[in-house]
Amino acid sequence: MWRDIALVAERDLRIELRSRVTANQVAPFAVLILLLFAFALDPDRGILEKATPGLYWVAVLLAGVLAINRSAALDDADGTRDALRLSGLEPPAVFLGKVAAVAAELLALEILLAVGVAVLYDAELSGFGLLAATLVAATVAIAAAGTLYGALVGGLRARDTLLPVLLLPVLAPVLIGATRAFESALGTTVTAGWAWCGLVGGFAVVYLVAGSLAYGALLEDS
Amino acid sequence: MELVVHFRAAVALLGRFPALAGIDLDVARGQIVLLRGPNGAGKTTLLRACAGLVPVVSGDAVVLGFDLCQDPRPVRSRVGLLAHSTGLYDDLTADENVRFWGRACRASRAEIDAALAVVGLDGTLGKVPVRRLSAGQRRRTSLACLLARRPELWLLDEPHAGLDRDTRDQLDGLVRQAAKQGATVLFSSHELDRAEALADRTVELIGGVAGLTADPDPSPSREAAGVA
Repeated sequence: MWRDIALVAERDLRIELRSRVTANQVAPFAVLILLLFAFALDPDRGILEKATPGLYWVAVLLAGVLAINRSAALDDADGTRDALRLSGLEPPAVFLGKVAAVAAELLALEILLAVGVAVLYDAELSGFGLLAATLVAATVAIAAAGTLYGALVGGLRARDTLLPVLLLPVLAPVLIGATRAFESALGTTVTAGWAWCGLVGGFAVVYLVAGSLAYGALLEDS
Repeated sequence: MELVVHFRAAVALLGRFPALAGIDLDVARGQIVLLRGPNGAGKTTLLRACAGLVPVVSGDAVVLGFDLCQDPRPVRSRVGLLAHSTGLYDDLTADENVRFWGRACRASRAEIDAALAVVGLDGTLGKVPVRRLSAGQRRRTSLACLLARRPELWLLDEPHAGLDRDTRDQLDGLVRQAAKQGATVLFSSHELDRAEALADRTVELIGGVAGLTADPDPSPSREAAGVA
């Protein structure tokens, strides 16, 4: 199982390193979102500073959808879905491998965006334990839910447009929880940051389990 | 005689529509069987059904001892399908593709290296991303993936398409060698001279969705899959 997870994750990351879609297209798009927020809210730095956690996670979600869409597309191209079904790889291992690869790409993206908000929004990063825990939990949650929904819309002509429509509402709890936890860590509001982080972690676990159970059926149906 | 493929009145669906209506077909271990017929006759669907990729909803359908009507998944890792689509990742090299699919089915490094060498992908050509390869080179890469799997049942859909003459000869040699070693081969082709020379038996498929009709010109080496 672990071997198969590593095999699939390695494949997806190798494809990303070769194609550089996340590096050359998704990351610039994410930074552009931060810049646009900065342009729109710059006259009132107070609002920008208060809204930094929310803007950060909105940027992560929007850019993350592109990375997830790319990941889903890999297993739709030129008979690769059939090849996967014939491969003998267990569907839960394929799912978890893809989640691991997407999570690695998202983590790199989030670190880049963290530097971006520190520079563009003058955000002072503090509460590193809570920030790191939330970052990991939210990343896994987004990757797990995204990979599951990516498989759900796999093979559909309208996949590119359908995925964000289905996925972004589902990820609303992650956006809310991660934003509240970041607000607590950065001290912009007084909230129970670890509780919100726990909520996001619970969401991640639910989608990891649901995805592992459902991925085989989704591979068959799409 | 051990039957590797045993279909009786088997009905397979593509979506909600019957693509194969009542097929009878027996293939013994070690045989090389050519499926021939016009476009839409159901050759590709029959090959995909044998691979467990198209649901067989009624009749008997047993491949390598597994009942496809009950659960087609166990048979999948024991067959090799060379289809029209390549099943390759464009951004990976030919070598990386073969190693990924080989490792996925637990092939050893030596078996993967041997598969790459057989199709001539062990040199610099193997280091080229698949998207830069010609159609024939992609086909050879897919063939290497199949060889690395060491399947008991080879399912080849138009295997000669897109290959130059030398590679076609090489493919035919590999098929004969696999059959001698106990593998069973079921393939479709429109290149009838070459295909009939390769095959031990020919099965005529006619009618596609409507099902199969009798071969109009049966001979000892040719037979027709029957109609339910």
